[in-house]
Amino acid sequence: MTQKNRLASGGRIDHQRPLNFTYNGKALTGFHGDTVASALLANGVDIVGRSFKYSRPRGIMAAGAEEPNALLQLGATEATQTPNVRATQQDLFEGLVASSTNGWPSPENDAMGFVGKVGARFMPPGFYYKTFMFPQSMWGTYEKFIRKAAGFGRSSLESDVDVYDNINQHADVLIVGAGPAGLSAALAAAKSGARIILADEQSEMGGSLLDSPALIDGQPADEWAVSAIEELSSFDNVMLLSRSTVNGYHDHNFLTIHERCTDHVSDCAVNGQIRQRMHRVRAKWVVLATGSHERPLVFGNNDIPGVMLASAVSTYIRRYAVAPGNKLVLMTTNDNAYQAAFDWADAGHEVVAIVDTRANPSGACVEAAKSRGLKVIIGSAVIEAKGDKRVNGVLIAGIDEVGEKVTGSVEPYDCDILASSGGWSPAIHLSCHTGSRPVWSDEVIGFVPGETVQKQLSAGAINGSFSLESCLKEGTEQGLIAIRNAGFDIEDRSAPKTAPVNEDRAMALFHIPHTKSTSRGPKQFVDFQNDVTASAIELATREGFESIEHVKRYTAMGFGTDQGKTGNINGMAIAAKSLNKSIPETGTTIFRPNYTPVTFGAITGRNVGELFDPERYTAIHRWHVEQGALFEDVGQWKRPWYYPKAGESIQDTLNRECTATRESVGILDASTLGKIDIQGKDAREFLGRVYTNAWAKLAIGKCRYGLMCGEDGMVFDDGVTACLGENHFLMTTTTGGAARVLSWLEIYHQTEWPEMEVYFNSVTDHWSTATISGPNARKVLAKLTDDIELDAESFKFMDWHTGTVAGVPARVFRISFTGELSYEINVSANYGLAVWEKIMEAGSEFNITPYGTESMHVLRAEKGFIIVGQDTDGSVHPHDINHGWAVVDSKPFSFIGKRGMKRADCVRPNRKQLVGLKTKVPDAVIPEGAQAVNDFEQPVPMDMLGHVTSSYYSANLGRSIAMGMIKSGLSRIGETVYYPLADGRVIEAEICSPVFYDPKGERQRV
Amino acid sequence: MFYIYCPYCEEHREEEEFHASGEAHIPRPSDPDNCTDAEWGEYLFFRTNPRGLHHELWVHGIGCRKFFNITRDTVSYEIKETYKIGAKPQFTHAEEKV
Repeated sequence: MTQKNRLASGGRIDHQRPLNFTYNGKALTGFHGDTVASALLANGVDIVGRSFKYSRPRGIMAAGAEEPNALLQLGATEATQTPNVRATQQDLFEGLVASSTNGWPSPENDAMGFVGKVGARFMPPGFYYKTFMFPQSMWGTYEKFIRKAAGFGRSSLESDVDVYDNINQHADVLIVGAGPAGLSAALAAAKSGARIILADEQSEMGGSLLDSPALIDGQPADEWAVSAIEELSSFDNVMLLSRSTVNGYHDHNFLTIHERCTDHVSDCAVNGQIRQRMHRVRAKWVVLATGSHERPLVFGNNDIPGVMLASAVSTYIRRYAVAPGNKLVLMTTNDNAYQAAFDWADAGHEVVAIVDTRANPSGACVEAAKSRGLKVIIGSAVIEAKGDKRVNGVLIAGIDEVGEKVTGSVEPYDCDILASSGGWSPAIHLSCHTGSRPVWSDEVIGFVPGETVQKQLSAGAINGSFSLESCLKEGTEQGLIAIRNAGFDIEDRSAPKTAPVNEDRAMALFHIPHTKSTSRGPKQFVDFQNDVTASAIELATREGFESIEHVKRYTAMGFGTDQGKTGNINGMAIAAKSLNKSIPETGTTIFRPNYTPVTFGAITGRNVGELFDPERYTAIHRWHVEQGALFEDVGQWKRPWYYPKAGESIQDTLNRECTATRESVGILDASTLGKIDIQGKDAREFLGRVYTNAWAKLAIGKCRYGLMCGEDGMVFDDGVTACLGENHFLMTTTTGGAARVLSWLEIYHQTEWPEMEVYFNSVTDHWSTATISGPNARKVLAKLTDDIELDAESFKFMDWHTGTVAGVPARVFRISFTGELSYEINVSANYGLAVWEKIMEAGSEFNITPYGTESMHVLRAEKGFIIVGQDTDGSVHPHDINHGWAVVDSKPFSFIGKRGMKRADCVRPNRKQLVGLKTKVPDAVIPEGAQAVNDFEQPVPMDMLGHVTSSYYSANLGRSIAMGMIKSGLSRIGETVYYPLADGRVIEAEICSPVFYDPKGERQRV
Repeated sequence: MFYIYCPYCEEHREEEEFHASGEAHIPRPSDPDNCTDAEWGEYLFFRTNPRGLHHELWVHGIGCRKFFNITRDTVSYEIKETYKIGAKPQFTHAEEKV
């Protein structure tokens, strides 16, 4: 296909550098400097998609971020698939592959298209809710078809091959937008030496200057822009970011800039380059010079391909040398849009008519149009576009002065392109992100930024100062103010000069009247992306939706990825008129981040794959890996889960590990347990306040189990604490609770008891812990130490000693989580692996067996030892889990949890209590989480008694064991409960003591 | 994302270094054992949720590990002041007693 709409010369494209690309499988050519949109228009592609709800053909309407229709799928390979790319913002590159995202079998011939023609009255707002809600069970089926019919882009099924990055920036002044206002602000501020960032979303800075016919300081506007950028780039303190959209304005002047580094070059970044980068900017001051978006007018069939924004027509001609059609009709409410007709005529094409809705326009442009011999029809409007897949004519009629009624006769005109302009809406999005309410201005006919607590200024069209002269002036002024506010000295500078333009007042008109009522006339679209029509908004107000926020949600207006950049003001105006209110009375919806869609890649940056979350390894990790251990995540720790040997099932492994430990000796890497070093003269008193049990008499060299509760009395953590010195303790916590417990100690010390002299330090990573457990543990340790007396008299259960183990200084704690004779050997982490290997060597004659967390769970459950967070869930206090023995109410200080566990609800009868559960069938293992009932034949919903918290098969006992909560369980020992399962089975179990093995606890004390 | 001045480090730092720890100025009753259930419940569970100025306890968790207070406007998210534990806020509601 030739580029039938391409002008022979002009524009900012390179006519000598053709680029090949494909669209929907068709090979097309564009030029270097094109966007995908300009290239498609040059090639005469009218239809770029089908509409969301009615499946109507849609074409390119705008030339920038506000484009609602041209959302394409990009990507030459599966891995580089990118959905939702606005064709107007995507630079063309050699080999680009694009396709439309909806329309089946193709957007030109869409099977659903008939709905859009005949289905008008059958698909009002709320249609899906009203139609497909019943029966509810069918929703899943409906949804599949609706989604397929609606069509969205799709994400890749493969991993993204590209690298993305985040970067933190600190700026004195961030200027958003490099149009006339932003450039003059930057020029005014640059010499200060302050750190300035100027960011612009387009591939080339300059904004409206790039397609402006004006002169600045005697230079053509686009040339002036180029030299301004050249000047700015000579400053080391100015960072220029093009293709960089400031997407979010967050609290305390934190802004995010989404930079596309290579999206304009190739399908995926090459040579290890970053594809996209998110700048996270903390700016002292911000100047918003974001410009404005042109509003389309709302009239009959205003969505037919070939209906465009007036400014877009200018931009395509002047910047891209594309005239997308031959015969233009322009409809406008303002002077500014006349430029589109002038550009069209200058491109050598026919201007059929300029239709001005104003009764008596008198600006300089009207005279200019007349002197060019262009036909200007005043006091009239295009009430309806004609055509199917491309506009082929319009109906023009006189309208009254306020634009509410058709007054004259309706005249048909032929044309193949229709440009419309309803004026300009300031791009206030960023100023709204921080919660600032925009303010309506009748003068501007739009919302302008409202009051803000941010250190934020604004300049140019965002303030409704649309003329080039005022943009340059405000930009210069605000640039100087920003730089001075940021604490820099700078000389005044005068604004760049341009000739003032005599403009007549624009007309506040949004919705063009038709000879028929809105609901009976042809469809008049407000939000093109979500297919919201004027009649839908009127219907919403008739159905009682008065708040604009409700109208928005009911009709889905502004919910698309374009956030209603073109449609929202029109929609609000229609709602306001329908409710007989003014626009400020109806109010506005609020824009939220992001301004345009951001890829997940840019958000996550490098935090993907193995860098998604930190992984913590013990000093012995490598050994575990070499032994073929499987790992379990505990917090950020990788803990060995179990060590399978060839041919073993997981249960085989657990049986082997558990039996070896009880019969000879097992070894566990316990390095991950939280360890907090506590020192200070009040350390002992502090422990007494945060633990439920007593610490006053714990002697140096002794250890004690401690239970920690919240102020509500509920169990929060547990662990063994050793007394290292009169004012020195080592607290251990659960692996996952370490950070939480340290913070807990700190908050009480710092906020409640600052007078206490006590210091806390995490030493978790300083120590490596090897726990040897089993009847032969002593014999193994004896081979490795000659300075620690190990006999039962010298080294009792719950004692700890220092000494040398395998030649390394060690702290050895005789504490046990298995119920066997156990030693926890702590050495400096750097020696951890070496000592571990020595222990393995010494233990080999006893068949020392490494076991992981799973066997640890089984072994402790055989003993009825709880795991906080598994057997407790934040709703159980110590008495609920039969740990009353660890609560000492007689302590003088009212320790944390004491008052809480005495609340009426905590002492009521019938609370759930932790008990053991013995299944009637010995090898039936009740699933954890299963609910107990007294009567499994009771109709659903049954009375539930409590759930199973821990449940395993115990090889040592040759049967299953379980613990669980049962209402009043401790007084029901010996009774039977039932566990009805989802698969229909019912497991019968007897309530028993949770201590299944060695109930007298003799084995750990030998 | 907030930009928070740590009164101990005497520097502004990014919110990522900090952690919110609930409402400030909720002292633990001096004699818990003699609190009624209602009083204890009030201490444990009930918090103000003001529109406007709010005193909050924060911790510089990835920093000096110190707890301190912030007076923040819950509407604008503006931080009016940060102050050390034990100090009094300069910004308060008219009806508020701190």
